[in-house]
Amino acid sequence: MTTPRVAVVVFPGTWSDRDFLDVADSLGWAARAVWHTETRLDAIDAVALPGGFAHGDHLRAGAIARFSPVMRAVSDFAAQGGPVIGSCNGFQILSEAGLLPGALLRNDHLEFRCAWQWLRVDAATGPFLGTMRDADLIRLPISHGEGRYYADEATLDDLEASGRVVLRYTDADGRAVAEANPNGSMRSIAGIVNERGNILGLMPHPERAADPETGGTDGLAFFRALDAWLARQPARAERRL
Amino acid sequence: MRWLADVHVALRSGIADPEGQTIAGGLRALGHLTVDEVRAGKLLRIRFEAADAAAAEAAVSDMVRRLLANPVMEEAWWEVRSDVAAPVPERIG
Repeated sequence: MTTPRVAVVVFPGTWSDRDFLDVADSLGWAARAVWHTETRLDAIDAVALPGGFAHGDHLRAGAIARFSPVMRAVSDFAAQGGPVIGSCNGFQILSEAGLLPGALLRNDHLEFRCAWQWLRVDAATGPFLGTMRDADLIRLPISHGEGRYYADEATLDDLEASGRVVLRYTDADGRAVAEANPNGSMRSIAGIVNERGNILGLMPHPERAADPETGGTDGLAFFRALDAWLARQPARAERRL
Repeated sequence: MRWLADVHVALRSGIADPEGQTIAGGLRALGHLTVDEVRAGKLLRIRFEAADAAAAEAAVSDMVRRLLANPVMEEAWWEVRSDVAAPVPERIG
């Protein structure tokens, strides 16, 4: 097995890049921070778009970041089937860039919510959830003011029918009830993937739940899944850009 | 010619607007009991140069479509007018 090479994209205002890099370091991965003005990702196996407030979240969260030069390389990498994970602000950027459907709106209670949150795995597939099991319950931190997932009914139905709603906000018993929905997301959606399944957007932060000292380690499952997925790929070098 | 565009952006009707709902509650608390809806949004005032009114309109339409509003959840409308009040920059040298 070779060492996973991960590009962690850093925009002005990104703040969770160090968390991703720390987890990658702790796993012995070869992670590299990539400044948003770079136009090449070089030889990498996965891309992480971390949380924060890229470009100050001005206009709309993610609206300006999608024009950063690096996003063309990210889009090309994703188009080749390369795994891309966007957590929190990264999810907002992916949706603004049109790489994932829908949008993230201001939380329904208007508060910035920073808390531990139960989530149910509804589709344990793809590079970031492939080693989990359907109906697994995990606990991750959330930290956002604009996480209310919105899409029109037809898009929501399509996401559900195609098994692309991968994570839902639930209570400790795995019930996706309104009281356990921290931001008013439609159908309690916390994470989705694209049609091909290689792009994951989620509001919670797996990279902040990878060390017992931070309060939990359920986030490590996403990294382990990626490790296992990469190990199964026959021709990693072909995805070099 | 100088032009001034006021672009208004708001959540599309039918999408819950908690900011507007909160403001409506505030107005009712002040005694404006007939207020049954407030929709919150933002105003983007843009000063720019264009050859004529048609070009100015086309420019604003392009700005809205490509950046200022996300059609997934927002709608936008705008007014474009001649920016007669804009200060004329002084030439130096």
